[in-house]
Amino acid sequence: MSPRVTLAVAGRVLTQVRRDHRTLAMLLVLPCLLMSLLWWMFEDLPGDAFDGFGPALLAIFPFTVMFLVTSVTTLRERGSGTLERLLSMPMGKLDFLLGYALAFGLLAAVQSALAVTVSVGLLGLDVNGPVWLLGVVAVVDAVLGTALGLLVSAFADTEFQAVQFMPAFVIPQLLLCGLFVPRDALPSLLSAVSDVLPLSYAVDAMQELVGAANQASVWRDVGVVLGFAVAGLALGAATLRRRTA
Amino acid sequence: MMNNVIDIRDLVVVRGGREVLPGLTLEVAAGVTGLLGPSGCGKSTMLRSVVGVQRVRSGTVEVLGLPAGDRRLRDRVGYVTQDVSVYDDLSVAENLRFFARVLGVKGDEVDEAIAAVDLTDRRDQVVGSLSGGQRSRASLAVALLGDPDVLVLDEPTVGLDPVLRRDLWRLFHRLADRGKAVLVSSHVMDEADRCDRLLLMREGRIIADGTPAEIRGSAPDIEAAFLRIVEAAA
Repeated sequence: MSPRVTLAVAGRVLTQVRRDHRTLAMLLVLPCLLMSLLWWMFEDLPGDAFDGFGPALLAIFPFTVMFLVTSVTTLRERGSGTLERLLSMPMGKLDFLLGYALAFGLLAAVQSALAVTVSVGLLGLDVNGPVWLLGVVAVVDAVLGTALGLLVSAFADTEFQAVQFMPAFVIPQLLLCGLFVPRDALPSLLSAVSDVLPLSYAVDAMQELVGAANQASVWRDVGVVLGFAVAGLALGAATLRRRTA
Repeated sequence: MMNNVIDIRDLVVVRGGREVLPGLTLEVAAGVTGLLGPSGCGKSTMLRSVVGVQRVRSGTVEVLGLPAGDRRLRDRVGYVTQDVSVYDDLSVAENLRFFARVLGVKGDEVDEAIAAVDLTDRRDQVVGSLSGGQRSRASLAVALLGDPDVLVLDEPTVGLDPVLRRDLWRLFHRLADRGKAVLVSSHVMDEADRCDRLLLMREGRIIADGTPAEIRGSAPDIEAAFLRIVEAAA
């Protein structure tokens, strides 16, 4: 592993995204628009339902978007021969994975800074904990999405299949993360399943920041999500083979 | 033995249940060696084995006295895959700068490599907007970075205009004159005469090995010689 190569990969990925204006615009603007839509939906309802759903969505956006973007771009690298060329060069597998994680982590930081600013500043989302901690949780979520996206790209042969992994890997986590039914109110089996899904902890962290704002519990959740991300990257490294059939 | 740059012994490669290389033994020294044969005959598989990215069933491949794919070879072997393995959404210079950073090569080599493949006037153009031939030259430029001792080039001249093809072969010979081993594959038989040494390949076997003149013998061209050899064996 070398920082020079990791930074080279991250820099290259960011240059590619910068070139692709439409992707860049969607990455940055879409979460803000969707948060506004959510706020508008609850506008005429009594109570503060936006405060209940908003934080979960702030956790879900970076995870989902980065999962999709990473699985498709990595698949493209596998298909175009660039990955084969890189692996024949002095590049560690971790350089490749961390380079991607770094680039998409940075993008996620910008993305969530915008989404959090809009949600808290314009839409009046009530946050009891420090606002910057929302950003930290979002970046860790994005790194998780990147790690899982890299991992599943190994099991897809086409971009079509890669996109199908989104309903397979992301939607069950979305359903069980506590957004629709509180996790402790789920049937016991599903509750147990939700305990081993990383997105549950990401959403827990966001909801804690808006609710009781116990920072220790937020950091514990962040630690769990980070653990999943590291495990995903390690498994992803194992799927990158210098020699292929 | 010491002057052999590439040393392949009893190499067996199976892909998709089929023996693509049924037991190949071959030595390659410095100079321009051409690997000619129809598509599907195992050229790419052999080249991938030399670079160390091909899973092999049995046999050994050594490059510069080290097992193919060894960590110490990764900046000494330049490789052009059959696909254009550069990033379509980056410019020529951005691609080269990226790979130069991965290789730990100085930035001024980037301009030299771009000039060597005659893309200087396109250096800031996005690769995706270039013609097929220009894109494969951009891919070739990456393989020149870091002045590798061995160049493994899988069909680098396909689809290029004759003037460019001549220029690239001249480049290969200039590299060979400096002691490099250049192993070039092609399925176009008329490129045979440009090689110092020629290997004809068919169905995973080397069916002829020698200078172009030796292989041609009394045949009018390499294609006719290829047919004669195949028919004589049948």
